[in-house]
Amino acid sequence: MTVSTASTPAPALVREPEGRPQRKGASGLLAVPALAFFVVFALVPLAGAVVLSFADWDGLGEVGWAGWRNWSGVLTDPVTGQALLLTLKIMVVSWLVQTPISLLLGVFTAGTQRYRALLAVLYFVPLLLSSAAVAIAFKAILDPNFGIGGAPGLGFLAQDWLGDPDLVLYVVIFVIAWQFVPFHTLLYQAGVRQIPTSLYEAATIDGASTYQQFRHITLPQLRYTIVTSSTLMLTGSLTYFDVVFVLTGGGPGTATRLLPLDMYLTGFSANDMGGASVLAVILVVAGLGLAFVLTRFSGFARMSSEQEGL
Amino acid sequence: MAVTVTAGERSVRQRPGPAPVRRSRGLRRPPNVLAGLGGFVWLAVIILPIYFVVISSLRSQAGFFSTNPLVPPTDITFDNYLLVLQSGFGLYFLNSVIITVSAVAATVAISLMAAYAVVRGNGRFVRSTFSVFLLGLAIPTHATIIPLYYMITRTHLYDSLAALVLPSIGFAVPITVLILANFMRDIPNELFESMRLDGAGDWRILWNLVLPLARPALVTVAIYDGLHVWNGFLFPLILTQSADKRVLPMALWTFQSEFTVNVPGVLAAVVLSTLPMLAAYVLGRRHLVRGLTAGFGK
Repeated sequence: MTVSTASTPAPALVREPEGRPQRKGASGLLAVPALAFFVVFALVPLAGAVVLSFADWDGLGEVGWAGWRNWSGVLTDPVTGQALLLTLKIMVVSWLVQTPISLLLGVFTAGTQRYRALLAVLYFVPLLLSSAAVAIAFKAILDPNFGIGGAPGLGFLAQDWLGDPDLVLYVVIFVIAWQFVPFHTLLYQAGVRQIPTSLYEAATIDGASTYQQFRHITLPQLRYTIVTSSTLMLTGSLTYFDVVFVLTGGGPGTATRLLPLDMYLTGFSANDMGGASVLAVILVVAGLGLAFVLTRFSGFARMSSEQEGL
Repeated sequence: MAVTVTAGERSVRQRPGPAPVRRSRGLRRPPNVLAGLGGFVWLAVIILPIYFVVISSLRSQAGFFSTNPLVPPTDITFDNYLLVLQSGFGLYFLNSVIITVSAVAATVAISLMAAYAVVRGNGRFVRSTFSVFLLGLAIPTHATIIPLYYMITRTHLYDSLAALVLPSIGFAVPITVLILANFMRDIPNELFESMRLDGAGDWRILWNLVLPLARPALVTVAIYDGLHVWNGFLFPLILTQSADKRVLPMALWTFQSEFTVNVPGVLAAVVLSTLPMLAAYVLGRRHLVRGLTAGFGK
């Protein structure tokens, strides 16, 4: 047992474990700055959202008490229901679109062929762009008059993509896929590279076709990657905001007013911070609930994250 | 999410380059035409929009409205770039650099300390700290913006760069700590013990042992955090207002409304704002790719 607490700042918080007198632990105080930042800027606001959901506040003046008024107001507003439905729709469709593409691309880019490595370098370029850049770029590309539809032979692409309430949601789903598929491709690529080569060698000797190898080796071996990627995708779809905000602003009408967007617009455009906080609480509950269900069903004690939408 | 990136870090260091699936020559199968075809279709999906943006940014305004959008302009002009640079781009760029560097430096420093405490400390306090950070991964940032806006306005930080840096640190800390902690668990116990026996305190162990050994992991998390701060849109949108506090993603957004019909000008701004990340990608692709999947790789 060393007595070298000289340079250890205040070891008061560190209790010596009875069982192992040999090991002198690091001071818990070292965790305090990180913890403080996290508590002040993430946990406190989280609790604040619950408090403000009962408050009457326009974002500038004094904060008043509203009781359950915000809750009854938001929950009876048809826009809320629509936002929830849209969010659910975009979540499911995005998953259905992005998962097969990412999986196949991941398998594809994990191959050793030179051209595949080269393609992979280009595939990941969208990851470098900010959501604002992606949205602005697609706004120009999808312009019915001066966008890509103006090219000879591509006239069918000259649609009012962002102005047609029936089309716009699919446009949003496409742009989001464009932005996020590369990330999930990376996950799958890493997953495929973990699969032991010997499995493929044995299968080849047994005369298994490429498809059979994919079906009976690659897919089953990737099941944890599928869980990880799907969890990130599904929880991430609760936070699609930046791209949609810049691309459509929630419109036309309320055609792309997803839950986070509904929250932002309620708070910062309609100056109803109380109502927006109710939506924030719904968002948190939905996120935690989804993470819980997903980790339960996948039988996988892994926490999820919303990194995708940051 | 499973924060398991670092188990592989070491083996990556020993073997230069990622170890792809290697099939022995004798077993080589015929090329997969279908896969190749699909690969090039996706390439078109990715490249076409980028190509459109780049060539459009080199058109004159009149040229933009009159020509085939997919044929490069014959009279290339850099006027759009000049216009963007004269519209305060330098300042916005600098603001982005300032917030990214300060947020990343602070996050990495305090997260390294916390990760060390979590891995090497004992006692209930550090153990619960770890669970708190785990919980942090499941919190959607967006749900906290209204209380955050309240806090920032009441503390008179509204419309300052600090208003962007502080919450960015708060939200980057959990994932950063988890990744670093996972990496640190792989550092052999004996190294810590022997330094302890030599009478080294926490700070000296951090500085002389953890810092040099954790370098690859630090680069990885710094890139991961940096990319998020650099491209972040939500915090600048709600926590700043004036032009002199504008960061690049916001600048793009405002260019869009200022330039209105000057689409080539807006697209030039898009290209310019992406150049730093593109340069980083070209210079350190492997680090960047690892940084992007930090914590989610398996």
